[in-house]
Amino acid sequence: MILLSLFSLTLAGIFYSCQTAEKIQQDAYYVNGRDIYIAQCQNCHGERGEGLGGLTPPLTDSVFMKTNKNQLACIIKNGMSATVTVHGKVYEGKMPSFNMADIDVAQVIVYITNAFGHQQGMYTNEQVAADLKNCK
Amino acid sequence: MKYHYTFTCTFLLATILFLSSCKENRTLPIYGLRETKDVKNSDGTTTVDTVYQTIPNFSFLNQDSLAVTNDHFKGKVYVADFFFTSCTSICPVMHRNLKTVYDKFKDNNEVMFLSHSIDFKYDTPSVLKKYAEKLGVDGPKWQFVNGTKDSIYTIAEKSYLVAVGQDSTNRDGFVHQGYLVLVDKDRRIRGAYDGTDAAQVAQLEKDIPVLLAEEKK
Repeated sequence: MILLSLFSLTLAGIFYSCQTAEKIQQDAYYVNGRDIYIAQCQNCHGERGEGLGGLTPPLTDSVFMKTNKNQLACIIKNGMSATVTVHGKVYEGKMPSFNMADIDVAQVIVYITNAFGHQQGMYTNEQVAADLKNCK
Repeated sequence: MKYHYTFTCTFLLATILFLSSCKENRTLPIYGLRETKDVKNSDGTTTVDTVYQTIPNFSFLNQDSLAVTNDHFKGKVYVADFFFTSCTSICPVMHRNLKTVYDKFKDNNEVMFLSHSIDFKYDTPSVLKKYAEKLGVDGPKWQFVNGTKDSIYTIAEKSYLVAVGQDSTNRDGFVHQGYLVLVDKDRRIRGAYDGTDAAQVAQLEKDIPVLLAEEKK
């Protein structure tokens, strides 16, 4: 009886600790993306993605992040000079361009769309490459 | 019994010494070059006096297109720094940190802030005004000023001891150090804090009241 319960407990443990390969890859992207974010983005966008006054928009608007997800790669790579409305507030400053490899862009996107209260899952470098062909 | 008495006495003395040593009586150092000067006293003798480095007279245009001179900072301590509005490297984080200091001393009119732009071509008063508004700064407490290249760069390097320069290899076109320089009512430099380091900015927040208390004596 004891043996049986131990066995089922172990089985349950294995079952719950198991992560899919995709989840592990996403976590790796997230961690690497955070390092890139700290080095390249945090100065303006802040440690918690809160932005900077009226100068830099925050990254905490989930609706914006979701509806513009396929534009994020373009914004990071090419910068942005058009005005942008985030949380109902208009920002008109200019964002510089960041010359990064596709995989770095993908990692940053995974970080900023899963940190700051978002939960949008994985984003691959293939998706980034496809997005970059359709920049506005 | 006698031993007991001695022990109690020692313990009491140690406690008193320990407690009194905790009293904070801090003064800030005076930075910069200094020289000596012989001063003639009224009775004919001479003594040696120290002459400290001070911030010279200046006049710059601020975000409201008004001239800002030393008179604006008379009887006040102020924090000076060097930045430019299109900067994407250290300025945002410097001013993010300085804004917290500004908010803390918002109601203390003995404290002021002075940010010099090193981008003498682009950062006109209207650009500086927009920048200040977006940062959430209003009113004369925090001055954003612009001047000729020569006047700003000279006062930065010679007086505030902050390195600034134009650099065509840099993406933004300018390079500068991120120091926040604390200046007292006698125009002397009393502290320099790395504006990108939250711990040093917290130290600045603690040092401003020390400086204010010292000048009240």
